[in-house]
Amino acid sequence: MERRDFVVRFAGEGGQGVVTAAEFLARAAATVGYHVMTFATFPSQIKGGPTYTQVRISTDPVLSSGDEIDVLVALNLEAYNNHKAEVREDGVVMYDTVFEIDAETRALGVPIEVLAKEAGEARSANMVILGALAHLVNMPKEYFQDFVAERFKGRDKVVDFNTKALELGRLHAATSEFQLGSLMAPIRPEGKQILIKGNDALSIGALQAGVDYYVGYPISPATPIFIFMEKNLVGPGRFAYQATSEIESITAIIGAGYAGKKAMTATAGPGFTLMSEGLGLAWMAEIPCVVVDVQRGGPATGLPTKTEQSDFQTALHPAHGDSKLPVIAPGTIEECFYSAIHAFNWAERYQGPVILLSEHMMAERSQNIPMPDLDLVPPETRETYTGDNGYLRYDGAELSAMPIPGSPGAYVANGSEHDSYGDTTHLAERHVQMTERRFGKLKLLEDGHYESEGTDSPIAIMPWGGSKGPGREAWEALIASGQSIGWYYTMFLHPLPAKLLEELLQKELVIVPELNYLGQFSSYLRTYGIRAESITQYTGLPFKVSVLEERITKRVEAHGRGVVRV
Amino acid sequence: MSAKNPEYDFKWCPGCGDFGVRRALEWAVEERGERTGEPIYNNVIVAGIGCSGNLVHLYEGEQQPYGIHGIHGRTLPIALGVKMGRPDLNVIVVAGDGDFLSIGQEHIAPQAARNLDITCVIMDNGVYGLTKGQSSPTGEQNMVTNSTPYGKLEVGLNPLQFFLSVGVSFVASAFSGKPRDMAKLMGQAMDHPGFSIINVQSPCTTYNDTFEMLKGSKNKGIEPALYDIPEDHDPTDWNAALEIARADGVPVGILYQEQYSQPLHQRIIDTIHPQFQAKTVPEMLEAFVL
Repeated sequence: MERRDFVVRFAGEGGQGVVTAAEFLARAAATVGYHVMTFATFPSQIKGGPTYTQVRISTDPVLSSGDEIDVLVALNLEAYNNHKAEVREDGVVMYDTVFEIDAETRALGVPIEVLAKEAGEARSANMVILGALAHLVNMPKEYFQDFVAERFKGRDKVVDFNTKALELGRLHAATSEFQLGSLMAPIRPEGKQILIKGNDALSIGALQAGVDYYVGYPISPATPIFIFMEKNLVGPGRFAYQATSEIESITAIIGAGYAGKKAMTATAGPGFTLMSEGLGLAWMAEIPCVVVDVQRGGPATGLPTKTEQSDFQTALHPAHGDSKLPVIAPGTIEECFYSAIHAFNWAERYQGPVILLSEHMMAERSQNIPMPDLDLVPPETRETYTGDNGYLRYDGAELSAMPIPGSPGAYVANGSEHDSYGDTTHLAERHVQMTERRFGKLKLLEDGHYESEGTDSPIAIMPWGGSKGPGREAWEALIASGQSIGWYYTMFLHPLPAKLLEELLQKELVIVPELNYLGQFSSYLRTYGIRAESITQYTGLPFKVSVLEERITKRVEAHGRGVVRV
Repeated sequence: MSAKNPEYDFKWCPGCGDFGVRRALEWAVEERGERTGEPIYNNVIVAGIGCSGNLVHLYEGEQQPYGIHGIHGRTLPIALGVKMGRPDLNVIVVAGDGDFLSIGQEHIAPQAARNLDITCVIMDNGVYGLTKGQSSPTGEQNMVTNSTPYGKLEVGLNPLQFFLSVGVSFVASAFSGKPRDMAKLMGQAMDHPGFSIINVQSPCTTYNDTFEMLKGSKNKGIEPALYDIPEDHDPTDWNAALEIARADGVPVGILYQEQYSQPLHQRIIDTIHPQFQAKTVPEMLEAFVL
């Protein structure tokens, strides 16, 4: 049997090298030309605690991390017990023979450490596993051998023991009768590919946008962005720095944005909440800045290492008073890169704060994507004032050029309601004018692009953020099975692209798969009069494609019976 | 803009100490401009929330420096943003003791550790004026206010001692009634390459009038609390500065100035830049190529 797709889950205890093994497999497979996606979930501790990483390898672009497991690599008994239920019927459990299992399932015991030592080095344990995996899907042994030879080029000893370990693992698996068919040869994607995590893609996207000021505070799962900036955002005119709190982060980037910098911080739910008042100031005083919220489970400390899409409403309305912040949410690793440029462009264009909503599931996963096109989204820079001193910074009903300290045009950027000078005022007419001015500027951001397919259907699905992948995979399956459902998607959540809004208003039903209890995005769509409904999930895990297919089908059927709202 | 702006409706109470502070700051900034040749728009005033922060609006026309009138308690991190974004700018924080020492206190020690090159002018009146007279950190123990109707329970904060103990590299004390002297101190603070704080006794004539206590009264036989720091005081001697801060009375002058003060932006140039090799975006992406 030929297979296009193969899902492996490595499960064990934190510190057992689960992530390393999975990342190595992903890199090896991607190097050969397969499409890969990893999915990691782990406890909030460094050593110990149950952890797993899943790798999906495919001949086609991968949209989700895979519903069922073909091979479970269990590194301890607990991992076996926790995950065995998710192994497909014809799947295999590969386990380390240092422990015993009650082998009701198809199980292949591998003396991992023994074989690794036989290969000449205990550290080659992962290669033993990869060798055995290669046998299970009948993968030519050269694939991993060539990868090892390339990766450890010039270190003959390392190449030698790793190659031996691969072979010992392969031979050991061959002693069993298990095989999962043959994984088809890869169809190498055209053009240069990179294997990258969402947080890294987003960070480099920000650099491409021209970020030159970053202040952050450690918080999962946003810390890698902070670390990236500390390491790379250095040199004359640039600044990356560790704050003492998220309150300090937000107010510092506001000061920098005011001083003419492209300023950014990245955080997660708890930190984002602390930024509320500051974000109101940036909106009020019209100061460009970008705040990344890499969503995790909430509220409070919540689920720091799990995925959720439950910060949307908070991102929209983080501050008290009348404000509604622009929100962009990438849905793929590729979009993590481009959305960072869009976020800065929006901040510069409308002169205010922009929220970039990422998610744990994208932040921490690796995926192959085409090398980003650096000409696709040209970076924008705010319109700056170039006249003399005595400028009316906040004059009129629309955006006005922004003076930068160190040049004429001095004014007071004021968080209190203000007049054209930036002086505090309590006049009713001024509050009306300024409120309308601030909201009016959002018009400048309504030209975002969006995806639409099957637009003839009165029913559509419209996932957002990281639910795009599983949503798309489910939609494709439903279309293939003959259902008539439209597809809409955009990363520009607020303001929505004006044309998209028009199209959605025509629909009888817009189904929004999203990872939160409240149905936050559909309730937002309903405020515009769109007949939107959510399919929610709040497990801390992404959607399974099969679950989405079932739930969408059910809702569509109900619609056919005349059910308006479930 | 402001004083002549008909829409601007904020006024300090007659006799407020903050008038003197504003005058002193105008003189100091003007004097610094003449001395350095820097235009007025190279100055950024980061103002706190409270009566004192309104100082930032009280400039006129051509003399208007840049300003941020932000949110309560966050002058210091906003100043961190401005200064580290543009180290060439002269950044001045103006705030009251409520804003700076209560809600904003958490930001003082980090700025001292960083030695952020800014000048802070604290208008200390021992009370929250704009919210009509509540107890503030520097108010004395047992003081009766509307938020402490049975007397304040906490010991009053000694701001000078606090600033010294967390490592502020320039600490001075001033009185709003002597703007000329204060302007001179402000000039010295702005020239100091590091984190400078001038704590100004700026009495609130409405809710906590301390003028008499500060200046004394011959008629009533009250000795003035204010005194000039003796000329033989060595401001580089931290222990001597601490003794002044802890002693009775309100000193006027420079308590402490670190001799070899290296500000944050200079530390970055000296220690980080030599270690760093810049990479372009294509080079960064290349590192992820399969």
